[in-house]
Amino acid sequence: MSQKIGRSTLLLNSYPSVKAFAAIVGKKEGEGPLARHFDVIFDDTTLGEETWEKAESRMQREAVIKALEKAKSASTEIDFIFAGDLLNQCISSHYGLRDLNIPFYGLYGACSTMAEGLSLASIFVDNGLAKHAMAVTSSHFCSAERQFRLPLEYGGQRPPTSQWTATAAGAAMVAESAGPPYVKATCAGTITDLGIKDINNMGAAMAPAAAHTIKTYLYDSHTAPQDYDLIITGDLGMIGSDLLIDLLKREGIDISKVHNDCGKLLYDLEAQDVHAGGSGAGCSASVLCSYLLTRIQEGALQNVLFVATGALMSTTSFQQGETIPGIAHLVHLTYQKGN
Amino acid sequence: MKITPNEYNEMTKKASPGTKSYKTIPMAFLIGGLICMAGEGLLNLYQYMGMSKDAAGAVTSITLIFVAALLTGLDLYNTIAKYAGAGTLVPITGFSNGVVSPALEFKSEGYVLGLGAKLFVIAGPVIVYGISASIIYGIILYLFKLY
Repeated sequence: MSQKIGRSTLLLNSYPSVKAFAAIVGKKEGEGPLARHFDVIFDDTTLGEETWEKAESRMQREAVIKALEKAKSASTEIDFIFAGDLLNQCISSHYGLRDLNIPFYGLYGACSTMAEGLSLASIFVDNGLAKHAMAVTSSHFCSAERQFRLPLEYGGQRPPTSQWTATAAGAAMVAESAGPPYVKATCAGTITDLGIKDINNMGAAMAPAAAHTIKTYLYDSHTAPQDYDLIITGDLGMIGSDLLIDLLKREGIDISKVHNDCGKLLYDLEAQDVHAGGSGAGCSASVLCSYLLTRIQEGALQNVLFVATGALMSTTSFQQGETIPGIAHLVHLTYQKGN
Repeated sequence: MKITPNEYNEMTKKASPGTKSYKTIPMAFLIGGLICMAGEGLLNLYQYMGMSKDAAGAVTSITLIFVAALLTGLDLYNTIAKYAGAGTLVPITGFSNGVVSPALEFKSEGYVLGLGAKLFVIAGPVIVYGISASIIYGIILYLFKLY
């Protein structure tokens, strides 16, 4: 049974396990530093589909199928799936999972969707509402660019603060406690807005939300940054990461020694010309469902805070002069039960 | 958190690197200049081939628009633009790219509601305000000529 402590934290007392996970990525991500950790790398970013949207849906479906395969489970064994993506009406999730016949909850958490989905899946398992629950999300550079920014062939220059939307999907299957990685606790994000309006500086828009969630969790759980091997945020990129560290320093919390960011890990920032780093729901999802969970499974990382961050970037509200609110959901992952 | 939006705005400005103008401006000048030089070359060539100056001017524009559209279709224009910036945006080639790129991108939503409707999504505002400005200019000019 889960137990609420403090303002936003749920302790998952049964320690649900992340039984299986899979990450599917595109060509550029497959040329990055984490290449050997991914389950499937598609050299053709269209995945042989007619449209970018179909390609993204397909990636999400492949991620689920791969995770099921690794867990040696059938889709009928999954009680609930929590899925979402960046596109309007979360079309990648709905079309991607249409044929799998798994009871479905659609989520919108922008780039924080993986942490949100993993939280909910873990909470369902912890409370005996599901034996197996799954979280999946994706993003695709081409489908995101055409919805949020400009056509791909348009000759524009990307400012140095911009981030590169990852073409990637990640799926994680949560089951009753059986072995590492365990989900020890979750901390729900709070919508945080410090007035950023620049759609080419998402890291800056999301950093305050990450700071808020990390501070809340440390306070709720009576822990300090040095209690963790790694506090990893999901796609703040270079600028957002620096801002996060500064924001928390102002609150008397120093995470600089244990912090890293999925947006910094996914690409070789200079050589792959991604400016401030990676972004997109698939960025943190694919880093989590490959490199990170494997390291925890092996025990190389024992105590990890996975904090995926999302920005509510709507072209409508942005054009109406609104600021960009951010959110960050946290999942505490451990190698051992009960430390 | 103990921070106001204004303070955070200042913090963000400090943390965000600016555009490297010492690199981008000379590149824009160089490539933009080369495009204009090519235009001048074409103009001379067409006149040499016996066209009147007006006809040669129109054919030069058409040639540049065609080349830019072709390069857009071959996925080369945006690669050049990455280095050239305003150098490829400001000349007539940028306008061509602004029309062809949405045509390619939104073809997937069909020829009417996709390609047709989205064709001027970038160039549209330029046309609207370009024509509006020229009407105002025309009225002012007319009024001046009355006296």
